Amino acid sequence: MRYFADVAALARKDVLLEFRSRDTLPAMLLFVVSALVVFHFALPADTSETAETGLLWIALLFTALLGLARAFVAEREQRVLDGLVLTPCDRSAIWLGKAIGVVAFLVLAEVVALPAFALFFGPLSWELVAAVALADIGLAAVGTLLAAMAAAGRARELLLPLLFLPLVIPIVVGGVGASVADHPARYLGFLGLYDAVFAILSWASFEYVVTE
Amino acid sequence: MGGTALAFYWVPNAPLEGFRQRIFYFHVPIALTSYACFGWAAWKGLRLLWTRDRRYDLESYTAVHMGVIFGILTLLTGSIWARTSWGHWWVWGSRQLVLFLVLFLFYAAYFMLRFSVEPGPRRANMSAVYALFGVALIPVSFLAIRLAEDLVHPVVLTHDVGSKLTGSQITTFLVCLAGMLALAATLYSNELAGKRLDVRLRELREALQ
Repeated sequence: MRYFADVAALARKDVLLEFRSRDTLPAMLLFVVSALVVFHFALPADTSETAETGLLWIALLFTALLGLARAFVAEREQRVLDGLVLTPCDRSAIWLGKAIGVVAFLVLAEVVALPAFALFFGPLSWELVAAVALADIGLAAVGTLLAAMAAAGRARELLLPLLFLPLVIPIVVGGVGASVADHPARYLGFLGLYDAVFAILSWASFEYVVTE
Repeated sequence: MGGTALAFYWVPNAPLEGFRQRIFYFHVPIALTSYACFGWAAWKGLRLLWTRDRRYDLESYTAVHMGVIFGILTLLTGSIWARTSWGHWWVWGSRQLVLFLVLFLFYAAYFMLRFSVEPGPRRANMSAVYALFGVALIPVSFLAIRLAEDLVHPVVLTHDVGSKLTGSQITTFLVCLAGMLALAATLYSNELAGKRLDVRLRELREALQ
């Protein structure tokens, strides 16, 4: 199917570019580990485990922001986005390809971040890992769309966090809930709902964001 | 406009349990009007994306502006009510207040988006998409806040108005609601006319040069 071939090509392009230039992913990895170290110093001695888990989610959120800020930089600097929009592929394929790339980067960052968290703070539960996986989808879906919007503006580094943070508050609620609550299934279900709603919305509206 | 005057002067006549409960007649209609404005903005945004007719952009923008103004008023009146009911200016236990805080942040970012992008069809499209995301966010956020209550704030605070609303209170409430909606509609059409005039003026100026 042409559509998925396009998506695969675009995702592959982003991942290959990243492995050749190696600028975003190492930054994300270093950032998340540094953030965890800062959290250790920021928390008083008798902080509960739940507070530490909450801070992990904050670290993940800001790492995602870091990665997303770079998501459309290449497209903008080298006018690739115009070229992409002109190709005879569905514009939402651009979004899907880009979002898959973002998910890949987030997963790679978490492969480092989660063991680091387990090392510095305490053991992880499988619900937390499941929640992180679901949250990645939501963060990538919403973040890719907002990164495209911010890329069109002037103060793009300032704009992306402002647009991003209010929209992902439900992800934080779902993620932290799934990690610490007694009945995590509800929160995991909620994360799934968020992912479904906003992925569909982003997929459908990306075309309007990049075209006139 | 007559409706708003009526709402403002008629309210004190209704018998109430306590004086501080009167703010309910302002706070809830303001909140409902704010939701209505955001819904209107999303509808206009959808029309813009459907028809690509640029005039919906200003309508959507003005509606978001109205929604934010009423949202700020909701937060202020809600804060005053929280202070009188529970002694604090801000309570995380009040679902509506927290929801409005999240929405306020979201729609405030809308203005940042608009001011950051060059005027044109691109900006109109993005604003419309953002307005649509806003109304999707309203129920999702509400659900999130409800779920979060178990985690962050075990005490859920509600106002005790729901159970025993007498006839006169209901009428007063409905009049206030109608008044608030009328106020919003008036401000909206005023501001929209002003903005359209502004755009026209700019076009004329550019045509003369």
